[in-house]
Amino acid sequence: MDVARLRNDFPILGRRIHDRPLVYLDSAATSQKPRCVIDAVASFYAEHNANVHRGVHTLGEEATDAFERAREKAAAFVGARDPAEIVFTRGTTESLNLLAHGLARTVLERGDRVVTTVLEHHSNIVPWQILRSERGIRLDFLDIDDGGALRPEAIDDAPGLRTRVLTVTQVSNVLGTVTPIRELAERAHARGAVVIVDAAQSAPHYPIDVERLGIDFLAFSGHKTLGPTGIGVLWGRADRLRSLPPYQGGGEMIREVHQDRVLFQEPPARFEAGTPPIAQAVGLGTALDYLGRVGWEELADHERKITERMYRMANDRFGGRLRIFGPGPGAARNATFSFSLPGVHPHDIASLADADGVALRSGHHCAQPLMERLGVPALTRASAYLYTLPEEIDRLGDCLERIEALFARAPTRGNVANRATPDLNTAT
Amino acid sequence: MYQEVILQHYRTPKNFGPLSGATASGEESNPLCGDHIRVELKVSDGGVVEEVGFSGDGCAISVAATSLLTQKVKGRPVAEVEKISREDVFQLIGIPLSPARIKCGLTGFVALGRALHGEPSGSVSASEPVGSP
Ligand SMILES: Cc1ncc(COP(=O)(O)O)c(C=O)c1O
Repeated sequence: MDVARLRNDFPILGRRIHDRPLVYLDSAATSQKPRCVIDAVASFYAEHNANVHRGVHTLGEEATDAFERAREKAAAFVGARDPAEIVFTRGTTESLNLLAHGLARTVLERGDRVVTTVLEHHSNIVPWQILRSERGIRLDFLDIDDGGALRPEAIDDAPGLRTRVLTVTQVSNVLGTVTPIRELAERAHARGAVVIVDAAQSAPHYPIDVERLGIDFLAFSGHKTLGPTGIGVLWGRADRLRSLPPYQGGGEMIREVHQDRVLFQEPPARFEAGTPPIAQAVGLGTALDYLGRVGWEELADHERKITERMYRMANDRFGGRLRIFGPGPGAARNATFSFSLPGVHPHDIASLADADGVALRSGHHCAQPLMERLGVPALTRASAYLYTLPEEIDRLGDCLERIEALFARAPTRGNVANRATPDLNTAT
Repeated sequence: MYQEVILQHYRTPKNFGPLSGATASGEESNPLCGDHIRVELKVSDGGVVEEVGFSGDGCAISVAATSLLTQKVKGRPVAEVEKISREDVFQLIGIPLSPARIKCGLTGFVALGRALHGEPSGSVSASEPVGSP
């Protein structure tokens, strides 16, 4: 993979921030977009724009074709049998909410058990917590070991309860951990549960084959996968999708509407009420094509190199002080690194790094239960992607060295020196 | 970008630690960064802030801003302390704050306001304890 050449495809990577070349290490939040995706969105509006599924005029047909072609690409991307198994949503969050909403109205009864994990993003926790408070379901969190690996056996806890849903992320947005979906799905299916996979962080990095994974639903976001914002994908096994009620009511999702009754469409239209994000879907299709041309093997190789560079940088320059949470370089992980540097708050790291043109993210990363599990109030995250240069990891190292030195200059007093273990883990 | 005064107040904050004999206290947390600051006051019968202390954890901006603020209020009448504005706090900090950091700069200020007015802590702790069997 020729990263230097590939970078030319991403116009924004030429930007300077505070008079320094941008080092973009926030791809887990959203990826940058290649020129072809930006062009695809622009040319849709410039040449083909119309609403879908409604007009008989030429533009309407072109727009519908482009939209449905994007659905075919999304289906191929996840290994779906049929494009009708692809529902376009606003993103992973909406996909997961759609599922929580639909399952609550079909399979979930009071006292039923939903299993999630401490690794999850809030979008895969809060919809289920809402069901817990409104419907009285039970929500269990699978724990991780000290290396950040999930412990699947705990699915088999609580044998007296009906375990109806397992919903789990394929890659942690904080630790980069890859979870063993096939094993988890097997155990969950043995309990009769529906298996949902949050692929927001895996779709950008790994090939997905829903049939091989043996799961029921999968969600990901276009904007983390080189595509536009405002478009997401929900894949559902055909029979599972068919068993779900509509999420929103409106145009497109009906067959017939009368004063006294309404007939709904089959999936996927049943779940796509209203005018969908058409240009965004087209852009996503182009993004998935682009990823296909890069190649998964090449990407994995590249991320392994970045990961080794990151750990080497941390070790050579900081010894044990720069602590990277989660699994080590040899483990199943992607190039997302959350770390702490003693004596410097993550917010200060991110602010000072920005002054050097280095884009990092600090905070709880929409994963407060994981922060609590790790015993930290916040972490700084550097997340790399296909356009990240190994030298950029060194620039991160330079800037962290400067930050550490800056904070080390002032004298330390006892009572604040150990602020790393504050009492605020309990303060939400 | 971070001036020496901010770093000094971060590493060796003034009036840091719990205050014994406090007559009022207020808290503020910033869930986004896990910051949490508690300000305690000892107000005399004559309405003067005799002692002030703060505890908790935060980034350099929030700790330094609170430290500077406690220096400013110590020994002043409550009536004067109540007049301190957000702008006064920004002036104490002395460096421009990006929009994302303004909340950090005001964490101690909000906690102080709660201590003065006896408001309950307004942290976003409205979790949903309902219905978990
Ligand atoms: C693991 C994971 N799940 C879900 C989401 C939510 O994605 P979106 O905000 O695109 O709906 C994210 C995004 O940060 C994520 O990292």
